[in-house]
Amino acid sequence: MRAFVPAYELRAPPTLSATLELLGSEPGAWRAFAGGTDLMVLFEAGKLAHRKYLSIRHLPELQGIEVTPAHVTLGALTTYTEIQRHETLRQEFPNLRAAARETGGVAIQNRGTLGGNVANASPAADTPPALIVYDAQLELISAAGGSRWLAYSEFHTGYKQTLMRPDELLGRIRLPRRDESWRHYYRKVGTRKAQAISKTCLAGAVLVAGGRVREIRLAVGSVAPTVVRCLQTEAVLRGRQLNATVIHDARESLAREIAPIDDVRSTASYRLRVSQNLLEEMLTEFSA
Amino acid sequence: MSENNSKVKISCIVNGDPAVVEAYPMSRLLDVLREELRLTGTKEGCGEGECGACAVLLDGELVNSCLVPVLQAEGAKMTTIEGVASGEELHAVQQAFVAAGGAQCGICTPGMVLAAVSLLEHNPQPNEADIRHALAGNLCRCTGYMKIFESVLLACREGREGA
Repeated sequence: MRAFVPAYELRAPPTLSATLELLGSEPGAWRAFAGGTDLMVLFEAGKLAHRKYLSIRHLPELQGIEVTPAHVTLGALTTYTEIQRHETLRQEFPNLRAAARETGGVAIQNRGTLGGNVANASPAADTPPALIVYDAQLELISAAGGSRWLAYSEFHTGYKQTLMRPDELLGRIRLPRRDESWRHYYRKVGTRKAQAISKTCLAGAVLVAGGRVREIRLAVGSVAPTVVRCLQTEAVLRGRQLNATVIHDARESLAREIAPIDDVRSTASYRLRVSQNLLEEMLTEFSA
Repeated sequence: MSENNSKVKISCIVNGDPAVVEAYPMSRLLDVLREELRLTGTKEGCGEGECGACAVLLDGELVNSCLVPVLQAEGAKMTTIEGVASGEELHAVQQAFVAAGGAQCGICTPGMVLAAVSLLEHNPQPNEADIRHALAGNLCRCTGYMKIFESVLLACREGREGA
């Protein structure tokens, strides 16, 4: 059933500090509303339980992409389109660009935000696997606590659960810049090329020298209650020469590390097999 | 029943003309365009951002108007399908849709045309892969898409020859 529109409140406080004051005055009473590409779907379906929102889309402090020698820092309101248009992201963080390009379609990419994708905390979101393999850090801001940073890999604590407090807002997302010899892999498998929610999605960043894995980050989406950083499989691969035995070991490790389920989009066995195949595809590509 | 919040006044520019509407802040831009401004060229397909039938240009960018709460259109400049032609003269994309048979039942056509107009504004010489990517968020149940892609390619060719 459709939502009863007058029951919902949406306000746009003029400044960031006014927004944080409201969020902090009655923690949990108000929630942030950015691009709306997820919330409006729930709203129209009559499934948006919370009723009071603060539009944050117009706040300049949460916009823009800043490049320094050590980091690329994205405002939480950075859209998928802005990610794709940014030259440094294109060159140094191709997995994030690939994720942005495969999220929704152009109209969604123009509206949806990176911060929304993170804060919404869906295990099937497209950008989190990319953010995890790039060691992303998140800034959470509040009227009471100012600013605190934490590693994105620790942010998702359970299905749609995060370490963000109700009085906090996601401010910025910071990516440490890396040596250009890192190699990158991102592949999302869905039913349709555009708009699809993934059945599985694997991102990897690997530093290979002489066929040996010197350093690796690996993350998979849609196969557990949160996006998973695959620490055990990384450990299996770190320091090893890439060959058929090692790739086999990595596949076995991945199966122990992810916990896919049957749901409307796919089945557990399909997700497991395809996730393993994606890992093998990545390692085969990097062993050449 | 839940408490009723009050309507707000939203000022924006629609197809070049200033417009002021009173609406609940969470009202979908789609409904305000169709029901308040009587611009019924914008269609509702799925109502959940999957089909692109309700696409409009908001501050120059393609958006699905079913996913925009009208409060976020305050101060914005919008173009709907009614604002694509210049008076009686169709836009090159519209002419190409007519010439190449890109429209059948017409429900997806406004969104398709706006997606194509937006593509050509950002990339005047797209290849077929660019066109497919740009229109991937728009569903059509009649044409099988080929005539739509041909229409956009035709619009690009006409644009180059006209330039």
